[in-house]
Amino acid sequence: MAETSTPSQGTPPEGESRRDFLLYAASAVGVAGTALAVWPLIHSMNPAADTLALSSTEVDLSAVAEGQAITVTWRGKPVFIRHRTAAEIEAARNVNLAELRDPETDEKRAQKPEWLILVGICTHLGCIPMGQKPGDPKGEYGGWFCPCHGSVYDTSGRIRKGPAPLNLAVPTYTFLTDTSVRIG
Amino acid sequence: MSGQQFDNKIVQWIDDRLPVFSILKHSAVDYPTPKNLSYWWNFGSLAGVVLVIMLATGIFLAMAYAANTGLAFGAVEHIMRDVNYGWLLRYLHMNGASFFFICVYIHIFRGLYYGSYKAPRELLWAIGLVIYLVMMGTAFMGYVLPWGQMSFWGATVITNLFSAIPVVGDYIVTLLWGGFSVDNPTLNRFFALHYLLPFVILGLVGLHMVALHTTKSNNPLGIDAKGPQDTIPFHPYYTVKDLVGIGVFLLVYLAVVFFAPNFFGEPDNYVPANPLVTPPHIVPEWYFLPFYAILRAIPDKLGGVVAMFGAIIILFFLPWIDSSKVRSAKFRPIFKQVFWIFLIDCLILGYCGSQPPEGDIVVVGRIATAVYFLFFPTLWVLGKVEKPRPLPHSISAPVLKGGAAGHAAQPMEKA
Amino acid sequence: MRKFLTSTLAAALMAVAVPALASEGPKLEHQTWAWNGPFGQYDKAQLRRGFQVFREVCSNCHSMKLVAYRNLEYLGFSDDEVKAIAAEKQVQDGPNDQGDMYQRPARPSDRIVPPFPNDQAARASNNGALPPDLSLMNKARAGGPDYVYGILTNFKDNPPEGVTIPDGMYYNETFPGHAIAMPPPIADDLVTYADGTKATKEQIAKDTVAFLNWAAEPELDQRHSLGIKALIFVFVMTVLFYALKRKIWADVH
Repeated sequence: MAETSTPSQGTPPEGESRRDFLLYAASAVGVAGTALAVWPLIHSMNPAADTLALSSTEVDLSAVAEGQAITVTWRGKPVFIRHRTAAEIEAARNVNLAELRDPETDEKRAQKPEWLILVGICTHLGCIPMGQKPGDPKGEYGGWFCPCHGSVYDTSGRIRKGPAPLNLAVPTYTFLTDTSVRIG
Repeated sequence: MSGQQFDNKIVQWIDDRLPVFSILKHSAVDYPTPKNLSYWWNFGSLAGVVLVIMLATGIFLAMAYAANTGLAFGAVEHIMRDVNYGWLLRYLHMNGASFFFICVYIHIFRGLYYGSYKAPRELLWAIGLVIYLVMMGTAFMGYVLPWGQMSFWGATVITNLFSAIPVVGDYIVTLLWGGFSVDNPTLNRFFALHYLLPFVILGLVGLHMVALHTTKSNNPLGIDAKGPQDTIPFHPYYTVKDLVGIGVFLLVYLAVVFFAPNFFGEPDNYVPANPLVTPPHIVPEWYFLPFYAILRAIPDKLGGVVAMFGAIIILFFLPWIDSSKVRSAKFRPIFKQVFWIFLIDCLILGYCGSQPPEGDIVVVGRIATAVYFLFFPTLWVLGKVEKPRPLPHSISAPVLKGGAAGHAAQPMEKA
Repeated sequence: MRKFLTSTLAAALMAVAVPALASEGPKLEHQTWAWNGPFGQYDKAQLRRGFQVFREVCSNCHSMKLVAYRNLEYLGFSDDEVKAIAAEKQVQDGPNDQGDMYQRPARPSDRIVPPFPNDQAARASNNGALPPDLSLMNKARAGGPDYVYGILTNFKDNPPEGVTIPDGMYYNETFPGHAIAMPPPIADDLVTYADGTKATKEQIAKDTVAFLNWAAEPELDQRHSLGIKALIFVFVMTVLFYALKRKIWADVH
């Protein structure tokens, strides 16, 4: 391939250019073929069809009394569902957005004000915050407290103190009836 | 190997400290190769390509597999049905095993025909046989992993071969099983070894290459290259020729994978393993059939096992059994006939191995087994009595002189 | 000489290959299946008819544990139809908050619910015989679809002279040993097809086999279409490699 790198004077002989063309075409097709062949290997690591089929969970909320919370599993992750009291809703709505690290209104975060549904994973490094069980520390804003590095969330699941950068995520969900919800 | 000069400064910097580029250049670019290699010489590199395909698909299959008797069959079906392109990886892997053996068998018989095992390539041949043995172990253990009926009963029958060993046989079989029958511990260790052994093969292939590049390639004439006029650099001549072979190979391999993926398979292996029911007709995978026929030809448990293993072990001694100094069958008219008889005999053995051992099949199997073992003493005698045809003076000579070799028969010149 | 040897070798190969391919037992009649050949694809209307037979007839005794309800969407059923089909069956779930296992309607993500809770129950209800799982039936028998078609259609009311069939067994020409525990499962007009196809015995058998083949090889359509593309690609690549090889080797001799 030395001859191809030297600048050629005038037109190269007929055979030479044909050989170069073949070399480039064959190399291009070979490289493309290898790349295409690698894709099925990589793609096999993506979620399989049965995993994707389980990507929604239906939850019956009728047994969750006001002030209580339950944790359900969705895609292998904990989802917090809290039946909020009027005081908690009020506290969440009376916050000055300017004070928030990740400003979001409570109205945007809860489709029905009494039901707060959140992915229960701290946005710092993935620990599960406390505050679901009655005896748990809920942090100074009455929401959740992450024991790993001390992030504090309010009654809308918004970050108020500590190292976490973002609010607890809200999964996509749909209320099927007043007391049953499909997450995912 | 040092002192190589490269245009690229970074390449040069690395090579001065770690001569990977020099080694690569020495063994894959400049490597002087006889200019008369035929397409039969493609199958070594093809086998290497299949090894890479097997490693790649195998590693990704292992990510979705579960080596547990309760889960294995379902895990394989999960791969086939739910994992993205899982069916493709599994069929590539499953048929890859068969195509690996096809390449290796052609490679071995090519070596036989052209006398590639003779001095100074005895160790090259021996390492190749070790690769073949490890391949057989790997393939056998891989076949157990889907945990179908053939997996289970194949594992049972093959591991029971070791019970033929006097005194310690039963102990060895229990050790292999990790229990008192083929069961979960067996499946688990077979998976562990099935994952490990291909990397052992990879290492052995490295040794095979080192030995090859020390003794240099044989060629269809079986005579040594006399000088630069007889050789061409490996790159680009043989890299491009190997690529042509890879293309043709892929056409056949992918045609089977996409359009007849169960051609080499057994329907019984789509039935989950059942330790209480033996399928009516147990056959090993096709690549084991000749040895299976030899096993069954001897009406004695220990004798059969000894004959079967002996059939492979004897190949290690081939370089010393064959007393002829002439390598290529082109110049050995009688050996050429004997070679084809041997090849056909191996095919007949394979056919016998695939059939139920009844009636004529038993007789044919015994005769074919006898012919197999007679091949080796015949080679020894042949080297003493056969008159080889005159060898050409050099690799370039027959081309230059229109193929008419003027020199009298002469013993192989010193390497 | 060389030609002679090559032809001998070819003959030997044929001698090895041909009998190995011919299966033992009664000869199977080859049927024409929509998915045969490299360009063959499933006929989805036929798969839906076959599923109807499976749902109304086969599934009373046979399980199909490897196929999930969600897979039926491939046959052309909508999300809601699949949900409705799944919800006809109950599956055990739990434990609930009280610690009890409970029954709930099956969901699309569930596998097809088997008719019996375990093999023993299946045997007890079927005269001691275990109706095999049908998920892989077309791959698990030599002859595949042709064999299953033979089993479905080759029942004879009276066995040939000299053959006695034990009580509770039936004579089937295709089945190895001929005595099968399954009663003749299909007859003319056994089902009324939703798409109006006339339900002859042969039609029902063909549709059932087609559905079973899809159950065993759901990837076949994708495999065939991807295979054609892959082979065309590799063919072009090989031609290019060969042309390049000819060019590069032109100066050797």
